[in-house]
Amino acid sequence: MTSRGGLGSVTPRLELRGISKSYPGTIANKNVELSVMPGELHALLGENGAGKSTLVKIIYGVVAADEGEIRWEGRPIAVHDPASARRLGIGMVFQHFTLFETLTVTENIALGLEKERDIRRLARRIEETATKYGLALDPSRYVHDLSVGERQRVEVVRCLMQEPKLLIMDEPTSVLTPQEVERLFDVLRRLAAEGCSILYISHKLGEIMALCQRATVLRQGAVTAQCDPRRETSASLARMMVGSEVLAVKRPGEHKEGDEALTVTDLVLEPDDPFGTRLDHVSLNVRKGEILGIAGVAGNGQTELLRALAGETLAPRSDTIRIEGANAGHLGPAGRRARGLAFVPEERLGRGAVAELSLADNALLTAYLGGNVAAGMVQSGAVRDFASAIVKSYNVVCAGIDAEARSLSGGNMQKFIIGREILQQPRVLIAAHPTWGVDVGAALTIHEALIRLRDAGAAVLVVSEDLDELFEICDRIAVMSKGRISEPKRVGETDIDEIGLLMGGLFEDKQQAVSHAAD
Amino acid sequence: MTELTAILVSMVLSATPLLLAAAGELVTEKSGVLNLGVEGMMIVGAVVGFGAEYNSGSAVMGFAAAAIGGALLAALFGFLTLFFLANQVATGLALTIFGLGLSALIGTAYIGKPLPHLPLLDIPGISDLPVVGPLIFGQDAIVYLSVAVTIAIAWFLSRTRLGLVLRSVGENHEAAHALGYPVRRIRFLAVLFGGAMSGLGGAYLSLAYTPLWSQGMTAGRGWIALALVVFSTWKPWRLLFGAYLFGFFSIVQLHAQGLAVPIAPEFLSMLPYLATILVLVIISRDAKRIRLNAPASLGKAFRATA
Amino acid sequence: MPRIKLEPRAQSSRLMTYLSPLLAVVLTLMGAAVLFAILGRDPLEAYRAFFIDPVSTLYGIGELGVKGAPLILCAIGLAIGFRANVWNIGAEGQFILGAIAGGGVGLFFEPLLGPLTMPAMLIAGALGGLMWAAIPAFLKTRFNANEILTSLMLTYVASLLLNYLVRGPWRDPQGYNFPQSKPFDGYAVFNPFFTGTRLGLGALMALLAVVGGWFLMSRSFLGYQIKVVGLTPAAATYAGFNQKRVVWFCLAISGALAGLAGVNEVAGPIGQLLPTISPGYGFTAIIVAFLGRLHPFGILLAGLLIALSYLGGEAAQISLNLPVAVVGVFQGMLLFFLLACELLVRYRVVIGAPAVQSIAA
Repeated sequence: MTSRGGLGSVTPRLELRGISKSYPGTIANKNVELSVMPGELHALLGENGAGKSTLVKIIYGVVAADEGEIRWEGRPIAVHDPASARRLGIGMVFQHFTLFETLTVTENIALGLEKERDIRRLARRIEETATKYGLALDPSRYVHDLSVGERQRVEVVRCLMQEPKLLIMDEPTSVLTPQEVERLFDVLRRLAAEGCSILYISHKLGEIMALCQRATVLRQGAVTAQCDPRRETSASLARMMVGSEVLAVKRPGEHKEGDEALTVTDLVLEPDDPFGTRLDHVSLNVRKGEILGIAGVAGNGQTELLRALAGETLAPRSDTIRIEGANAGHLGPAGRRARGLAFVPEERLGRGAVAELSLADNALLTAYLGGNVAAGMVQSGAVRDFASAIVKSYNVVCAGIDAEARSLSGGNMQKFIIGREILQQPRVLIAAHPTWGVDVGAALTIHEALIRLRDAGAAVLVVSEDLDELFEICDRIAVMSKGRISEPKRVGETDIDEIGLLMGGLFEDKQQAVSHAAD
Repeated sequence: MTELTAILVSMVLSATPLLLAAAGELVTEKSGVLNLGVEGMMIVGAVVGFGAEYNSGSAVMGFAAAAIGGALLAALFGFLTLFFLANQVATGLALTIFGLGLSALIGTAYIGKPLPHLPLLDIPGISDLPVVGPLIFGQDAIVYLSVAVTIAIAWFLSRTRLGLVLRSVGENHEAAHALGYPVRRIRFLAVLFGGAMSGLGGAYLSLAYTPLWSQGMTAGRGWIALALVVFSTWKPWRLLFGAYLFGFFSIVQLHAQGLAVPIAPEFLSMLPYLATILVLVIISRDAKRIRLNAPASLGKAFRATA
Repeated sequence: MPRIKLEPRAQSSRLMTYLSPLLAVVLTLMGAAVLFAILGRDPLEAYRAFFIDPVSTLYGIGELGVKGAPLILCAIGLAIGFRANVWNIGAEGQFILGAIAGGGVGLFFEPLLGPLTMPAMLIAGALGGLMWAAIPAFLKTRFNANEILTSLMLTYVASLLLNYLVRGPWRDPQGYNFPQSKPFDGYAVFNPFFTGTRLGLGALMALLAVVGGWFLMSRSFLGYQIKVVGLTPAAATYAGFNQKRVVWFCLAISGALAGLAGVNEVAGPIGQLLPTISPGYGFTAIIVAFLGRLHPFGILLAGLLIALSYLGGEAAQISLNLPVAVVGVFQGMLLFFLLACELLVRYRVVIGAPAVQSIAA
């Protein structure tokens, strides 16, 4: 295929010149220059909030740039909408999938293709493409039945079927196990060898060093560096990304084995949600003075487990969940809070905070058991003092405690929520994805706060998809897969590969093997 | 005509306006928009249709005008909710209140004026057959239209590409937008269609069911149509069944009075409303089924981030 | 061509919160002028007949309170529910049940209760409305049934029930076969407070409801929970607020207030039970609630304004021969403009030159 060209071609396949885009109050992209050669594996690197997603949305025609020029194979072009991007040969795999749960794989793919009208023929083509690249996919299944990894496969296959000349991947690995990541990289390398350009967006340095030939680094919307990531170190890439020396969180010292603070024994729970995961005989315990991490690919029962631990869904028996030895399975969230449990949920706005309410009002959301409410009346003075204390001790950047929650950046909102939970002095803290989508500075603050809480003798449970994060702060790590949970490993006695294998569900076979051996 | 045939025929008559309005609302809801203004659009359709036929002498004109009237009102709803991002529940209520007021204003000129009945299908020999004759081969054109449209909607939604796009917009508007589908335009068209169908449904009341205009004559049928959409779990075929079931409930009282059933007429008149509540309870009880079938973006405002 | 763009505000505009209802009223008045012109009336003359003449007498000002009281009572309750996303639109039915329950006590137990009749009627009226609203509350919390549809269906049922009573068992034997009950008598009559007006207990209760509603929503923890449930149900679940209890509370309070309005109406201004006892107060209260931006003090003002439109409609019917239905059109129009103006609170309208399209075509 001559049109796909090789690395030797002189004209870049895609070239951005002086792209700028601003939203009220923020500049997302500032005079961005970028070129991607045919067959090149090009990384777009930057920390959360650096403007990577906006930039690729401009390339894909979802967002219009305020200024600048896009050139495609040497010619200036206008990308009005995703359809015209697709016609040019641009395919994109989104970070938040653009899939429809109640439609089948075939229907989903049909929606991304303009021409195909015959559903049965399309199903055959899907199977062909999937087999060719080693991506197993059943076209007749409904998307809500698929795992997150499988869903990404649908997105990838949908792009591949358009025989793209440029494939954009937006943070594709956050939903994959380390082994699945390797498989995805094989597919991408093969595509590049066939002449397809790949624009690979990530903030994970290791991946970029392993995969890409060239990298463009974004910071606060502007390009700060261009480099060959294979010749860089993690530290040098991080510096380009963050702009200053990256401080690592101080590794927690040896922890003293405390009493059991949160204990789950053989929890079985059918999901409320028709698309949910069944909790399958989950047992775990978190001791005082330790951080237990739960790793796993999204959608393997973490949400259901978190709801069950927080009391949003009640356990079938009250002794299934115990807090400091006392039965708590029958208690709702308020009852468990009264026992010393605090909870940082996975979504910030929309669960952990109410977007339209002020920070002061949001401080009251979970802090209603102390002096903030008396005789059914809100003590607004006390509430405001509490909100101010959170803002002060966690460096929450905001326009004051009367600012609406939705006006804060993700990182600051997360600091506020973490602060609100920790300042209530919990004896058990559950934190879900505490640094997801948060910039490096805020992540550091949050990690330090969790470790301080642990050192003060509280039990901390962290659920995260980010293995680096878990290895940085946890004492023990367990893995969730298909609603089951593995035996926790001490951090010093395991590594990312072993945890990765467990995430793929290997421990089930082991457990079965063990039980067979016992027979 | 035997009593049974009479009951069945009037069941179809009273089901037809419900079916028309509910079929339109089903398409609107499938696109992710909840328009609670069905009652308002129906009553405006009823009065506009009546006026148009009264002044032009043509029933076709009457129904056409009703469809346009319903669609215009729906356009108002569409502008407010899709472009002004107004709350869909509140705007739907506003549409009903406005429609009731507007129809009463327009209708003052038509109170007590009669209209001729619609012509019925008459195939010699066949339309005279017992029961099936009048029931299946002896109805007016709109009855056939209502069934045909419902079937067409079923086909459109499940078999056509545009139907798939419409469903995708109702399912996940962010994703549909990211794929490049014009979410607002598709929804606006679906809202217009819903309005036109409601208008037709209203006109059927004032032009065919009881060819007279009276204030507030829809008497909650728009709301029953909304309940029917829930009853159908957003499936057109079940709508057909539901509409006839409700048609039956609403005519039972007429025939019960004829049969001298010893129950006060007021209590018999409560039947369709109580039946609606009962049916809603039975269907909604299974929260999982509703979650699986209801369009996931139903009632949520969409604002493109571009 | 200048482009009109919507930009979300980082922070809701306080100014627009107050200005948007006023803007909607102004736009409605302009729309009204157009409608008057279409109907062949001089808009200025019509304005006067509509908005000034009715309140140019003491009796007229009293009537404002008489018509405003039931609207405000119903709207306060509805607004609390709307804040929690509990869409009770059956206040009309709860109003009727309040009238039936309270009126029944007045008709049949007055000789027995004596001076206790009035409080008993009020309690019965509030309970009647509450029980009627409890049905949708039960069906929603137990069976997940949509309260919009159930509460509305129950309104039709309530209306038919009232019809049955005044045509059947409760019909006044001396009423020349008219569908009406006996007039209330003795202690069962709620007399006006001020001579020369019909202003009475209803107006006082409306004022109490305004103050109570304000206290609930801005000072109490329950009010806070109601707001959170309405804005972000998932946050309420996370915080551990009992959402079913909030649904029950909202429906119960709005039902009780509508019921109170109902018994006040029949025992005060009307004086007996009739097949129709409300010109749609329960539905119009929805408009009042929104026009007052769901805030109790706003509702007070909005209720008086809408009451004026009722009075104006009656006056203009007599003096200008305008159909009463005009009022309904105004009310609908007002609600539309209001919903459209609402946008200004959260978005900024930017009118300007088209954005620079330097991406070459």
